[in-house]
Amino acid sequence: MQAFIQSVIDKYEASPVRLLPILRDIQAEYQHISGTTVEQLTTALNIPRTQIISVIEFYSFLHATPTGQYDLLISDSITDHMLGKQDLMAYFASQLKVTIGETRADGLVSLNNTSCSGMCDQGPAGLVNGHALTRLDRPRIDAIVALINQQVPLTQWPTEFFTVDDNIYLAGLLLKNPVTPGEALKARYQKGLAETLKEIEMSGLRGRGGAGFKTALKWRFCSEEAETERYVVCNADEGEPGTFKDRVLLNTYAHQVFEGMTLCASIIGAEQGFLYLRGEYLHLYNKLQNILLERREAGLLGHNILAQGLNFDIEIRLGCGAYICGEESALIESLEGKRGIPRNRPPYPVSQGFLNKPTVVNNVETFFAASKIAVTGGQWFASVGTEQSQGTKILSISGDCNKPGIYEYPFGTPIIQVLQDCGAADVLGIQIGGPSGTFIGQDEFQRTLAFEDLATGGSFIIFNQTRNILDIVKNFTHFFAHESCGFCTPCRVGTSLLKKQLDKIVDGYGSAGDVAALEELCQLVKNNSHCGLGQTAANPILSTLQRYPENYAQQLKDISYEPGFDLDASLETARRLAKRNDAGAHLAQVEDNQV
Amino acid sequence: MTDKLKVATTSLAGCFGCHMSLLDIDERMLELAQHIEFDRSPITDIEHCGPCDIGLIEGGVCNSENVHVLREFRKNCKVLVAVGACAINGGLPAMRNHIPLEDCLNEAYIDGLGVENAQIPSDPELPLLLDNVHPIHEIVKVDYYMPGCPPSGDVFWSFLTAIIAGQEPSLPYELVHFD
Amino acid sequence: MSQTITIDGQEIPYEEGQTIMDAAIAANIYIPHLCHNPEYEPHGSCKLCTVKVNGRNCSACTFPAMQGQDIINHSDDLEHDRKRITQMLFVEGNHFCPACEKTGNCQLQGIAYYLDMHDNHFPHFFANREMDASHPDILIDHNRCIFCNLCVRASQEKDHKNVFAISGRGINKCLIINSKSGKLKDSELDINDCAAHICPTGAILIKRTGYQVPIGQRTYDQHKIDEISLAKEHKHHD
Repeated sequence: MQAFIQSVIDKYEASPVRLLPILRDIQAEYQHISGTTVEQLTTALNIPRTQIISVIEFYSFLHATPTGQYDLLISDSITDHMLGKQDLMAYFASQLKVTIGETRADGLVSLNNTSCSGMCDQGPAGLVNGHALTRLDRPRIDAIVALINQQVPLTQWPTEFFTVDDNIYLAGLLLKNPVTPGEALKARYQKGLAETLKEIEMSGLRGRGGAGFKTALKWRFCSEEAETERYVVCNADEGEPGTFKDRVLLNTYAHQVFEGMTLCASIIGAEQGFLYLRGEYLHLYNKLQNILLERREAGLLGHNILAQGLNFDIEIRLGCGAYICGEESALIESLEGKRGIPRNRPPYPVSQGFLNKPTVVNNVETFFAASKIAVTGGQWFASVGTEQSQGTKILSISGDCNKPGIYEYPFGTPIIQVLQDCGAADVLGIQIGGPSGTFIGQDEFQRTLAFEDLATGGSFIIFNQTRNILDIVKNFTHFFAHESCGFCTPCRVGTSLLKKQLDKIVDGYGSAGDVAALEELCQLVKNNSHCGLGQTAANPILSTLQRYPENYAQQLKDISYEPGFDLDASLETARRLAKRNDAGAHLAQVEDNQV
Repeated sequence: MTDKLKVATTSLAGCFGCHMSLLDIDERMLELAQHIEFDRSPITDIEHCGPCDIGLIEGGVCNSENVHVLREFRKNCKVLVAVGACAINGGLPAMRNHIPLEDCLNEAYIDGLGVENAQIPSDPELPLLLDNVHPIHEIVKVDYYMPGCPPSGDVFWSFLTAIIAGQEPSLPYELVHFD
Repeated sequence: MSQTITIDGQEIPYEEGQTIMDAAIAANIYIPHLCHNPEYEPHGSCKLCTVKVNGRNCSACTFPAMQGQDIINHSDDLEHDRKRITQMLFVEGNHFCPACEKTGNCQLQGIAYYLDMHDNHFPHFFANREMDASHPDILIDHNRCIFCNLCVRASQEKDHKNVFAISGRGINKCLIINSKSGKLKDSELDINDCAAHICPTGAILIKRTGYQVPIGQRTYDQHKIDEISLAKEHKHHD
């Protein structure tokens, strides 16, 4: 074991900033990172053992105690729920004879939930030892259970279990006209640096992750920093439930994304780039490495790119299961081998990012679009969309529709158009921008996709009339409590309190005062949290409370107050030990004559 | 009849320290007696609470009987007050919350040092313990809180005189204590 | 003319590089805080120092002072939120003040008194947390840890040791000890370290020093935390 770990350390040049890849490799080999391993690493990497332990405890895919040799994680996204995940999960557990959240006694298999795995258009989905499983159903689960019990290696499992489709149903401006490898870089060197940046500025391109900062401005700020060691980071930590367009872009248009990163490097003067790929997209890793290799061989990456004197290379870093790492400064912390805790801002990453050097962090789709703009020019892009939101937006559409998948629309497209195209009928509402976005109801389908109206990083989840609003909100609220990094008080404690308070109401223990308390708590978490996670964690509750107060009201009892937990159940231990079951050994949840 | 305010008091999972502290208002008790009269309280030995203006609850909720008593108070008292640390946050009795109830009972009645005739009591007359000790605001709606372990006599005085005068009770800085 | 910011209508000077908190302390203005201590790198996690800067909420301890900022430090809304945040800290851990040696000297309590907090408002988590009494001179009761990170910073910045770190995620956040056993006794912590004395609550206590000052005569029994804080931190600034 010691020799293997040493080989991993050597592979990553004993570099502390590569702690995550080191831990990933060890986890993959031994299903956990033991105390002894931590000791070996602390010496070899010359970092405190506490840094290693805290990283293991922070990321969902790293463990201090062994998971099963087959570690199964089932995606807990609302879209998986809608496709019958809860039932399948129970079936899985019973067939495998394993308790959810635990490792089977023989150590062969473990089963647990995981946050949205980004396969919303082909769920119910999951991961086995990090590899994506799609379209789970009972026959497939039966087959998987048999394969596990016979200890068949993953490489010999049927490949269709791992098939991930693009499902591009509507290709627009960008998806229809990809650039050929090298095209954007050549155009950039023909036009020159200043002219290229001007084209990007003219295009009006804004960050596609959701926040919408002007891309040209970000690149310019970074290039104007006094410090000349600079970095390019592509944020492919696509963790917002319901989003999967970056997965498709990297599967089919990776050249264009890498080209966009190289373009950025040539403008800001960076020599090193990172693609921070969410761990759930492990299936893309080798393919992307091969594309990087191709690009190096074609003179599009590495030393003296296109003989223009540009030196730039890209390293792919896999995430380890933490939604917060989609926040750019948390992502940078993670790249540095630390827990993903959002930094205090200012300073912003453009001036102090990776290793406190100027860093541009952009979304996959932003780099993808920038490549094309470098070739075709800014005007071409800006002529589409609205005045404040130029160009197109790629949507990941899932939920209740006939054709869940990828759609590219000009900004300004009304929601009703999208619903028609994907075959959605009898729609109750749509979650736009994922749990951190907005829930809109039937009377809002004339609203448009745009930064100035409905902004989205790409998530578009459709719910039909059979769905229960409160189930949706509960799923989202639990998600945030699970993903809060814990740095600041309002989010750390607040998201867990939101979960408790919402559950109290949804589970039927609420009274009128409880909704007021819930709303107050929402405002508290929203207004005082450190980063976007906490600031948006209450959005699902707030946007549905505003639109569907009656759904909450229906859950309430006409009483002044009721405990948030099952009183009678909390006497169960005492009843059992005292061997009693008389009337006095029970408690009513609400006093009989209480009004 | 009288226009005195009716006050009921009880100690749930508490030590009666808060009640002792109420007595610490000393001779002011005489003045207080001109404005209030006690209903159910350890001071009166009245067993059940009638309609009252103020209910003072000492102690947290650790068993089924506490739940019944607390509900009786909530039903009958216009204003319900959590008195002292235990009513407010569970206090010392809640320090058992991180020990499973089964372990607590086994230690006390089965495995503990000096236990004879080991058995967990099962008399229906005895209230059963809840898994956790809870502050009272987790069981019923509470109107006011008097912090302290115990709240000093001055806290009781300040609070009750404000209510008698029809004012919103408030505590000056020097009376706010959690110990 | 030096550069100025305005806090609750009072115009005060600041120097380049100062945070709003620095400038406030220098001008003898108290902004409530727990995780901040001017002797250490600002952290910005407790969020008690949230102030409104030109209408937007910012952490005073990390946000730079900039010319012309109009800052609200005291308003009903801010005080209300600060009380709720303090209550969050009380329900998250297990803070049984009557059973804690730090009572009366505890900054968490001091803030609660200052904010006129009478109850914990939220349902309690009753988290299952450990105590580590293995060290001959120092005791850690994790029940009282509020993750202010001051012991982590003190150990790194002043003691140059790295004895403490924050681990876990979300509500499972925890303080861990840098030793092979994970126990304090096997760490490099010494009774003379700054980290052993920096804890604002009773999470890190020095053994055999308890109850030297009777309850009722302790720091926050006598004075409000704004006075105490400014007396100490304003002086430090001079």
